[in-house]
Amino acid sequence: MKLITASQFANPDAAFVALVEARRGLTVEQSADLDARLVLILANHIGDADVLAEAIALAKAGA
Amino acid sequence: MPRASATVGAGDRKVLFRYAYRRSPDQDRKAPARHPVVVVGAGPVGLATAIDLALRGVAVVLLDESDRIGEGSRGICYAKRTLEILDRLGVGEELVARGVTWKLGKIFLGDALVYAFDLFPEGGHKMPAFINLQQYYLERALVERAAALGGIDLRWSNRVVGLERRDDRVVLTVATPDGPYAIEADWVIAADGARSTIRDLMGLGFEGLTFEDKFLIADVRMAADFPTERRFWFDPPFHSGQSALMHRQPDNVWRIDLQLGRDADVETEQNPERVLARLKRMLGDRPLALEWVSIYRFNCRRLQRFVHGRVLFAGDSAHQVSPFGARGANSGIQDAENLAWKLAAVLAGRADIGLIDSYDAERVQAADENIGHSTRSTDFIAPRSAAERRLRNAVLHLAQHAEFARRMVNSGRLSTASVYDSALSTPDEAPFAGAARLGAPLPDAPVTRDGKPGFLLERLDGAFEVLYVKDGARPNVPAGVRLTVIGEDVIDTTGACAERLDASPGATYLLRPDQHLAARFRRFDGDKIGRAVDRALGKP
Repeated sequence: MKLITASQFANPDAAFVALVEARRGLTVEQSADLDARLVLILANHIGDADVLAEAIALAKAGA
Repeated sequence: MPRASATVGAGDRKVLFRYAYRRSPDQDRKAPARHPVVVVGAGPVGLATAIDLALRGVAVVLLDESDRIGEGSRGICYAKRTLEILDRLGVGEELVARGVTWKLGKIFLGDALVYAFDLFPEGGHKMPAFINLQQYYLERALVERAAALGGIDLRWSNRVVGLERRDDRVVLTVATPDGPYAIEADWVIAADGARSTIRDLMGLGFEGLTFEDKFLIADVRMAADFPTERRFWFDPPFHSGQSALMHRQPDNVWRIDLQLGRDADVETEQNPERVLARLKRMLGDRPLALEWVSIYRFNCRRLQRFVHGRVLFAGDSAHQVSPFGARGANSGIQDAENLAWKLAAVLAGRADIGLIDSYDAERVQAADENIGHSTRSTDFIAPRSAAERRLRNAVLHLAQHAEFARRMVNSGRLSTASVYDSALSTPDEAPFAGAARLGAPLPDAPVTRDGKPGFLLERLDGAFEVLYVKDGARPNVPAGVRLTVIGEDVIDTTGACAERLDASPGATYLLRPDQHLAARFRRFDGDKIGRAVDRALGKP
């Protein structure tokens, strides 16, 4: 397992709020578009296909 | 290119070149005539196979059900590796002269440029990255070459209607205007296209995908000064919500591909007035003439095996891709070159029949690579669901702001030469830098021969060849192998050979008859070369 699932933010509440505020006032459509762009940006930042695959698996299991 | 796909409707068709049916003496024989090789289908793949075999001294009967060339432009993009093969077959220079040479691609979202690429920034190669040329010009050049060469018995209006496989041969029943006749062949090459009769007669099916989206493909004659580039639009203002592609061909003809979506009606979309209205939204209100129109759905699929005893499949009969990437005709011609030298070696008794299995291994590998690229491109261009479209659009929007997203934009990954991970290759025992790769065609480079400028690949004209970098006397190469000494037979005037092959004095390279690199060594060793030749001929 290369994906880090332990908490990494010094202030997890602030990180969550940043993601919440990014979509405040957006429609469901606009929010989904934003998330799509965010996924791509963060996936590229990670830049590791194994980590990406593990993250996708976790996201699918977490529904 | 669209020939690689299932036509769901066909429009205006022009006959450009017609060839007369001639009665063959085989039709008057009491017992069927026996031939070493019968090639079925005189398209680019069948013609290239026949010419390559003829150049290797193999007599070929080439059957085609039609009596003409010219049902639309079809394939238009010919890639560098294909042009190198066609050059070895003797038609490369005339095709490049006739074609439109290009290497730049641009991708737009709406009317904003999101990504531009240069397919071939490196100089010092005889052949360009790509030419665009109507398929009928390629076919005509190959037909003329076949006639000039001799050894190819090209029979028009000869349609295969029956096939019977026996242990050591195949018996074909052929329908002609004079009625049917039978011929026997040691080997049959099925180069009879996407709707292969031979495949049907053998009951073989495909594995793969058919895409739901329909595309309008039109060749338009117009006077225009659009740039000589491959231009691709996602969601253009003139064709909202879909994609569009524009490509220049010779004779003021332009290829236009317009995505129509899944629900488009084939009959309605072929109406010339409707087509012209779509084109005028794209091209402006200018005089246009439709050369060819067709509506397509794309397939990405292949036969499980290309070798079925003595029946060998090549080109679209074996594998089909979408046109984005120009991997249809290009891969078919690469099939032809892979197959021809192997079959010639088997027929000459130089290799065992098992060498033919390497055709299957190498070209199935290439087909899977092409199908993978083509599937990914088609999925990007025509997402399968709203959710997939949302992610695709996110890439396109980000591409205007971030380099990583530009690399994800996929309007077709254009055909490049196959690198075979093959049992015929002798693994490197010492490291080599440079562009040359084991299992790949040798990179071209400028050289002089007898004081005249030329190119390295011109020297590799179809034999097993040892390239040796001069370091003292000429070495003795095994029988049946030709020797070229770099620094003696050819002069590396620019240093490109040294750089591309990582060529130090004494370095030795073994090329297969298809110019693919089979082995390389830092020092010449006749025994090692001999073993590498045996290995490349499939000998244990």
